Amino acid sequence: MKSLGNIRRSFAPWSDPSAKPYISFKNVTKKFGDFTAVDNLSLDIYNREFFALLGASGCGKSTLLRMLAGFEQPTTGEIVLDGQNLAGTPPYRRPVNMMFQSYALFPHMSVEKNIAFGLRQDGMPKAEIDDRVAQMLKLVKLEQFAKRKPNQLSGGQRQRVALARSIAKRPKVLLLDEPLGALDKKLREETQFELMDLQQSLGLTFVVVTHDQEEAMTMADRIAVMSHGKVVQVATPAEIYEAPNCRFVADFIGDVNILDGNVTSAQSGIVEIAVDSALTLRTASSEAPAAGSRASLAIRPEKLRVTPRPPANASVNATEGEIWDIAYLGDMTVFHVKLKSGQVLKASSLNAVRAVEEPFAYDQNVWVSFDENAGVLLKD
Amino acid sequence: MRALGSSLYQRLVIIIPYAWLLIFFLAPFLIVFRISLSTKALSVPPYDPSFAWADSFADWWDKLQTMSFDNYVWLTGDPLYMNAYIQSLQIAGISTLLTLIIAYPIAYGMAQAPRTIRPTLLMLVILPFWTSFLIRVYSWMSILSTTGLLNQLLMALGIIHEPLVILNTNTAVYIGMVYSYLPFMILPLYSALEKMDDTLIEAAQDLGCTRIGAFWRVTFPLSIPGVIAGCMLVFIPAVGEFVIPDLLGGSETLMIGKVLWTEFYSNTDWPLASAVATILLLVLVVPIVFFQHFQAKADEKGR
Repeated sequence: MKSLGNIRRSFAPWSDPSAKPYISFKNVTKKFGDFTAVDNLSLDIYNREFFALLGASGCGKSTLLRMLAGFEQPTTGEIVLDGQNLAGTPPYRRPVNMMFQSYALFPHMSVEKNIAFGLRQDGMPKAEIDDRVAQMLKLVKLEQFAKRKPNQLSGGQRQRVALARSIAKRPKVLLLDEPLGALDKKLREETQFELMDLQQSLGLTFVVVTHDQEEAMTMADRIAVMSHGKVVQVATPAEIYEAPNCRFVADFIGDVNILDGNVTSAQSGIVEIAVDSALTLRTASSEAPAAGSRASLAIRPEKLRVTPRPPANASVNATEGEIWDIAYLGDMTVFHVKLKSGQVLKASSLNAVRAVEEPFAYDQNVWVSFDENAGVLLKD
Repeated sequence: MRALGSSLYQRLVIIIPYAWLLIFFLAPFLIVFRISLSTKALSVPPYDPSFAWADSFADWWDKLQTMSFDNYVWLTGDPLYMNAYIQSLQIAGISTLLTLIIAYPIAYGMAQAPRTIRPTLLMLVILPFWTSFLIRVYSWMSILSTTGLLNQLLMALGIIHEPLVILNTNTAVYIGMVYSYLPFMILPLYSALEKMDDTLIEAAQDLGCTRIGAFWRVTFPLSIPGVIAGCMLVFIPAVGEFVIPDLLGGSETLMIGKVLWTEFYSNTDWPLASAVATILLLVLVVPIVFFQHFQAKADEKGR
């Protein structure tokens, strides 16, 4: 069987019908006055999962996280964690800890006091606290900074202190609100992998809120794409990218070309769509839309082929255009190809070799083509 | 060239506050100190010796010989002065503490209030300054006297049957002090609390603190600079306060400001009054300098 995204998964409790969810949002709605931040949302998260809530700002993802932490109460609906309904449980009694976007380190306490804060609050014996703090400092590689105050640390070090503090109590669930938002690109990429390793080795459930799709794709087992207080799609990164379930998700995650047309035929898993006189699409699809209805095909730029001459079968999934823009990015080159209809398609090609015999030039006439299973049929 | 210009500019910037201190603080202090070393005399000005530009160097030397620390010796000899200093510090200390206890919840409430109404609340705190300080203290006399508003109200409500004697006691002084200095405590506290990052409180709650626990472990320690600033702003003028103990206090109230006034105007003993003022200044300045010294050391250690 073919697998999306060239990944074989061993951890996939969500596809096991007998698996019990660890965290359940059941028809949760949260209103702030007239504004509905979270709208009748249901969502299951499994034990030991690295789960990402992805969406633009104001989509309700942070509100969802804050409800799980206990800083906000759902207007209606319930949240269940490990079989326990969280309604009415104040933040300080919930077995979850949060890493704040601003880190929220206590400026009047040293690094070790910050990390020990929650342990002291729980009344852990002093010797045990010292052990745990030392262990945490080692985990985040900040042993020599134990006595420093937060304002004497760099951004990356503060991020580590915040992380150490939030996992020191060994919570059942760690909530991360834009955990890497304040770091520069290189550090962010390193830290993504560190977070993944940490989650693996501690065996915790992580719920991370982010607006950065690359971050979500890299780290998460599953991503929930949110918009206007609703979950639009919950799936693995590969499924989200290769099989978006609607136009919004296709457009939100990565680059995409969307071709609209009329369905001319749909039989035995093959749908044909007429875009215009110059372009007919044929795509594999499990759906069978009625002939004559409107349909859209979403194709990722890297799945388009740009060739100087027409392909072998130029009657379907191929059209002519001219090169409008070329963006050379090093690892790949992105072409903007303007079709006769005026639509501009984005096509990217990997620069697998250093020199090319026939390089493309601006305004050159080219053919754009793709396979039957390169695109995804979208419902509107 | 540019470096020279900027260093000149930097020096100028530093010189201005120093010049200010020199002209308006150090010079008057030296004049007072010099008077404190003189002796009382029936002349204008009422002390001896007085120096004149026309004096020869020999005159100068002779006059300098007559100056002494006798006034300071006199101060230590009479227990009245020592008692006045101690009581001043005590009354100022208790007033400061009471002011802090009352001002903190007010400042905290203001800082928690919706952003839109904060300027109004701030305005209300400053509003009393718009009427004369003296008028406000006088109105307390009419409130606290045996036939005053407070006693009338309490008697009308049947809580008391005999009027309470509040005016002309230390209680009235405390009331007057707390009332007068409250804004000076609220403002620095408010500015410290208003800056507070709310996510710190959430972080504390997330880590297991109740709201009250979060207050004591996070909010209060972070507001300490505001507490110190407020206490200084109240304590220092309160020690030397003259009007409030004079108008609201009674015979039991012995504060150094009143002693100073009596020596200066009733006894026309400028040299002794100057000695009293000089000691008062030392009593206040020395602890502050020590405090700042330790504060700076602690800051350095944290680095």
